[in-house]
Amino acid sequence: MTSTAYENPAAPESDLRRRGIRLGDLLFRGIAVAAALAATVLLGWIAFKVFDLAWPAIQDFGLSFVWTDAWDPVTNEFGALIFIYGTVVTSMIALLIATPLSIAIALFLTEIAPRKLAAPIATMVELLAAIPSVVLGLWGIIVFGPWVRDHLEPWIQDTPLGWLPQFSGEPSASGIFTAALVLTIMIIPITSAICRELFIRVPKDLTDGALALGSTRWESIRGVMFAYAAPGIVAAVLLGLGRAFGEAIAVNQTIGNRNAIPSSWFEPGDSLGSKIASEYVGATSLEQASSILYLAAILMVISLATNLVAQFIVVRFERARRAV
Amino acid sequence: MSELTVDPYDITVKSNGLRRRRIVERVFGVLAIGSAVIACGILVLVLGTLVVKGFSSLNLYFFTKARPLFGEKGGVADALVGSALIVGMAMLMAIPVAVLVAIYMSEYAGPRVARSLKVILDVLNGVPAIVVGIFVFGILVVGHGQSAVYGAFALAILMLPMVARATQEILEVVPRSLRDASFALGVSKWRTTWNIVLPAAIGGILTGVVIAVARVAGETAPLLFTTSIAANEISTNVSHALPTLPVTIFVFSESPDPGEQSAAWAAALVLIAFVLVMNILAKLFAGRKRRQLEGS
Repeated sequence: MTSTAYENPAAPESDLRRRGIRLGDLLFRGIAVAAALAATVLLGWIAFKVFDLAWPAIQDFGLSFVWTDAWDPVTNEFGALIFIYGTVVTSMIALLIATPLSIAIALFLTEIAPRKLAAPIATMVELLAAIPSVVLGLWGIIVFGPWVRDHLEPWIQDTPLGWLPQFSGEPSASGIFTAALVLTIMIIPITSAICRELFIRVPKDLTDGALALGSTRWESIRGVMFAYAAPGIVAAVLLGLGRAFGEAIAVNQTIGNRNAIPSSWFEPGDSLGSKIASEYVGATSLEQASSILYLAAILMVISLATNLVAQFIVVRFERARRAV
Repeated sequence: MSELTVDPYDITVKSNGLRRRRIVERVFGVLAIGSAVIACGILVLVLGTLVVKGFSSLNLYFFTKARPLFGEKGGVADALVGSALIVGMAMLMAIPVAVLVAIYMSEYAGPRVARSLKVILDVLNGVPAIVVGIFVFGILVVGHGQSAVYGAFALAILMLPMVARATQEILEVVPRSLRDASFALGVSKWRTTWNIVLPAAIGGILTGVVIAVARVAGETAPLLFTTSIAANEISTNVSHALPTLPVTIFVFSESPDPGEQSAAWAAALVLIAFVLVMNILAKLFAGRKRRQLEGS
């Protein structure tokens, strides 16, 4: 009872202080909520604004723009097919090469390499992701491209694959194939880093069980690890693919920038991101940039869709794991 | 009784093809090692080329003079200044918002809201950099012209999800007991967050910031439409377009002039040195802080 009596004189102040503390909490919470809302609104705003910008072009050219195979400023014929082809083909080639390599690297790091060796190698693979795309593109066009033209492409043409029309024609330093290989280098670290984390999280008793039943290491990986991590691997591959779709700079430097669908992968072409990047100098007004903005909207739809599917798989995967 | 006389090893060899399985196992091992060697080899090749080609063009000129004009000898001092200013402004814009978003996710939001915010940030992280450039071009550059501030804004959009996710992940590792102890002493929630939780997580936050800075410092695509057409002089006027290292490398890399190409190599060497140092710093921060947090 005495304590209340002592506290009483100070009551107004302590009440104020208590209210002050509440006010601080309220304010801080408000700011944090505002920041979270801002991030959410930003994503919606980007999606809306890019469409809004492209809208005049969408009305002008209609949906047929998407499958029109032309880009001629002289006759005023514009279409996105050339660039969609370039984006999809370069990214798919990159995906085909990068996926097995990334999984193999992740398996090497988790299953084969001794701990002391695994850490520095994992760091090196991470550093590969840290190389800015413009630097990789510079290397791609001046060093790697000529090597591809003089050695890799002739070698492929000498193998049975050379009979395919995709590998016919004159080898060239810049083209679909060179750009695809540069993209491969860019997505390997992304995919392998995610796969590595997936493989680490596979419960040891599952793989040990397989080994105890007499399977080899590879059989336990194929039968147990892959089965356990399959959805995660798909998500990792899709995230890499999203990155490949969206890459503009390194592709611009290595793909050759030609407004045509090449008959051979060794020939130059162009991609969505790369075409947009090429047009920056001319883009001073909306009218001039109109068809470019349409390309940007298409690119955004493709990469957002890829990312959303990947996220969806990740969320489902995590929910299933929590349930276990 | 007849089963017992059969040698079990014999069964494995005959029925399961142990020889074939051993070969598959061997091939798998060789392929896995080969893949790792390829990845490391590419890194060494790229870095090696940069050092060899870049060092020959590096000199004092390079750091003190602006871009070469038609065969003149020059450097990339203008781009260095521009890049530093733009990345600095992007940090000022992105980091406070990102940390607040992370605080909201880990300290205030329920699990469902936090999970959807995670997805939103990851999708935002997946928006192609060139599309972010187009977005900023559409809302700011059209009608106002290019400016370094707009370029910084574009980079800030890229930094936001990276820093926010890294911060949120580290905030979740901060032990519950630290917060409880603070609450038990009657400390309000925001003071607990500000004085107890954030300092405990500072190492992880710094790691996220450093990695994000290293990444956006090399981004070209968002700058092309926002701050690419600039004068060849050293300037700190951020209301105009400023030259930057990535855009300079991009423009020079497609130039037929060997002088400009060698300037591109040197600029690339400077850029990658910065990126590598930042990444190694991040590694050190991360290792130290995680041990401390886990130890507590």
